[in-house]
Amino acid sequence: MNLNLKMSLSPHIHSGNSVKKEMYGVIWALVPVWLVSIYFFGVDALRVTLISVLACLAFEWLIQKFLNKTESTLWDGSAGVTGILLAFNLPSNLPTWMIIVGAFVAIAIAKMSFGGLGQNPFNPALVARVFMLISFPVQMTSWPVPDALNFSMVDAQTGATALGIMKEGLKNGEPMSELMNHIPETFDMLLGRMGGSMGEVSALALILGGLFMWWRKIITWHIPVSIIATIALFTGILHALNPGQYATPSFHILAGGALLGAIFMATDMVTSPMSKKGMLVFGIGIGLITVIIRVFGAYPEGISFAILIMNAFVPLINKYLKPNRFGKEVKNG
Amino acid sequence: MSSFATHTLKTFSIGGIHPPENKWSAGQKIVTLPIPKQVSIPVIQHIGAPSKVLVNKGDVVKVGQLLAESSGFVSANVHASVSGKVSKIESAFDSSGYKRISVIIDVQGDEWLENIDLTDNLISNITLESAEIVKKINEMGIVGLGGATFPTHVKLSIPENKKAEYLIINAVECEPYLTSDHQLMMEKSDQIIVGTRILMKALKVNKAIIGIENNKPDAIELFSQKLSGPSDIEVVALKVQYPQGGEKQLIKSVLNREVPSGKLPIDVGCVVQNVGTAFAVYEAIQKNKPLIERVVCVSGHDLKNPSNFMVRMGTPVETLIEATGGVPEGTNLIINGGPMMGKSISRLDVPVTKGTSGILMFKQTVSNHNQYQACIRCAKCVSVCPMGLEPYYLMSLAQKNRFDEMEAAYPTDCIECGSCSYTCPSHRPLLDFIRLGKSEVNQIIRQRNQR
Ligand code: SF4
Ligand code: SF4
Repeated sequence: MNLNLKMSLSPHIHSGNSVKKEMYGVIWALVPVWLVSIYFFGVDALRVTLISVLACLAFEWLIQKFLNKTESTLWDGSAGVTGILLAFNLPSNLPTWMIIVGAFVAIAIAKMSFGGLGQNPFNPALVARVFMLISFPVQMTSWPVPDALNFSMVDAQTGATALGIMKEGLKNGEPMSELMNHIPETFDMLLGRMGGSMGEVSALALILGGLFMWWRKIITWHIPVSIIATIALFTGILHALNPGQYATPSFHILAGGALLGAIFMATDMVTSPMSKKGMLVFGIGIGLITVIIRVFGAYPEGISFAILIMNAFVPLINKYLKPNRFGKEVKNG
Repeated sequence: MSSFATHTLKTFSIGGIHPPENKWSAGQKIVTLPIPKQVSIPVIQHIGAPSKVLVNKGDVVKVGQLLAESSGFVSANVHASVSGKVSKIESAFDSSGYKRISVIIDVQGDEWLENIDLTDNLISNITLESAEIVKKINEMGIVGLGGATFPTHVKLSIPENKKAEYLIINAVECEPYLTSDHQLMMEKSDQIIVGTRILMKALKVNKAIIGIENNKPDAIELFSQKLSGPSDIEVVALKVQYPQGGEKQLIKSVLNREVPSGKLPIDVGCVVQNVGTAFAVYEAIQKNKPLIERVVCVSGHDLKNPSNFMVRMGTPVETLIEATGGVPEGTNLIINGGPMMGKSISRLDVPVTKGTSGILMFKQTVSNHNQYQACIRCAKCVSVCPMGLEPYYLMSLAQKNRFDEMEAAYPTDCIECGSCSYTCPSHRPLLDFIRLGKSEVNQIIRQRNQR
């Protein structure tokens, strides 16, 4: 027999894992959230996601083809993930052209200008969201109120998010007990019956997606759990000190983008720390900053800013919080 | 047979992976391979200095006769594995792809040195004293049979200021596919136990631990049964987790002791020996038999008969493969050793040596080390590294030739287990670059120490 043997270095086997599998895993995890958003926001949810994903893919393709002249990584799924995540951070009634601007910011500015996949320091979808929040403040903060199976093309009613209601109310000196009547019941928040961006409304769907990624080993528990635990602890202390002024931890966790941020945005591999210790510090930082912005800052929601701020600290965290090296601190016995 | 309850299983603390085990040759009785017509015995089959050839062309040798003599402390004797006439002493390829001085013997009959005991009688009584045992192990050319081939007498010679407390027998066999140690344990348990006691006597320790991965419940049961009651030898079932058989990982698993960075097992009072080595030690000490044959597992994709063979050193790899039904159509990679740490071989006429634990034939479609993508910073390599290193970072420094900075990231701690490359979704050849960095950093350290 004619043998044609390869010479290669060990290891000679591979897990079969690939960037594509990781990214498509994230996409699968996002499906429940997506279905819930379609249920509540109707055709508009489809439109926003589609435009966002297509625009992200188009910008990535154009830049790789004509500017960088590198091999196309279009189908590795990462641009698709950015597109979906961007869509989930937007109100479902946003005009199409604004979505395309957002996609441009995410892919061209936040990702490709740093050298593409793996090189960007900031989460692209969040960079785009914050850019849009500043550029289109009105459109970005008037949220359609979810209405099951809203397939009519008529403009839905719009309103503020639960966090927005809370912030406004407290500013106007309304008592907490009064405010609680205006915001959705905890159970409704769990399912997603509240105003908000497309992806943040249903806590259950988000948690389901998170568990799926954890089971597939795409993420570890460290970042989501440390963010949520920090938010719970911090707001719990505030609430215990002055229940009339500060909302309950469950409100803070379920309202707004805390879960979307903790499970899908902060866990973005590229822009989060490498060691377990680093991940915990990163998560605690995000939790603290989120609560500070929500409670003391000007914006009702703070998790996007919190994640971006902590993204900036990742190189530092990686430098100083190394994994536990075997044989470094010797504990014998 | 039921496996042992998972919660009682010991394991190491950081990292690790679980590749598919594919132990296709498990349970296959060890078959003694017929002696080939010619053998090629390299004078270096161990870590250390090459041995000095003692025979000449035309000499007639018997099985067990010394062919080449150890040339230093870290070196090992090499013996004739067959009887016959030395036809050539030449430079020939060994499985590593290098040419080595080798003694070529044309086989005639099968005549052994008279003092070698070829019977099956079990001799349990250990008459030799500690120093005599070490000396005889040295004479018999015993080296570590787990693949590292480090001369055994060196590991048994404890430096003055150190003390051994435990002998640990490595019966983990954590490499996928390989089954030679497992089968040896099933067939030679009594001899292995005596071999373990000989090693204990040599080390002057009164406690030994045999660590076995839980995917070999029959071996765990057999040894536990033979060693039941208050015993000097304890059997420990270990979680199936690669690299459970790494020396440092094994010590951590069975004793919860952590060998400090840059130190050796003896620094925490341990000496680790492979289970195959324990068997070879039994044969050397009790039967006067030098290390001239070993168990080799032959396995691979679509192979007709995955097998475990008892093979004389110097037998061409080809002979083993033919005995299993020939190289399967489409094979493009042949490995000497396991898939995680073994070396690919380029030709089939190379000999089986002391370090050949398995021959694997693969049809490989993935893991082309030249095609890889950008690091997506997923941290998987970091979380699987059993030494707690940062493979992605080491690779990026090595790629940029920043070896000075690399030293501070401890590439010298890397045990080359390959878990990082195995796991990386971007197929980055992390270990290839870490190896490069490791040798550069070692050179930097050496130069600094010289000054
Ligand atoms: S090969 Fe080295 S760096 Fe890679 S996982 Fe193993 S010990 Fe860690
Ligand atoms: S596993 Fe690969 S892609 Fe992930 S961090 Fe390590 S080198 Fe980068």
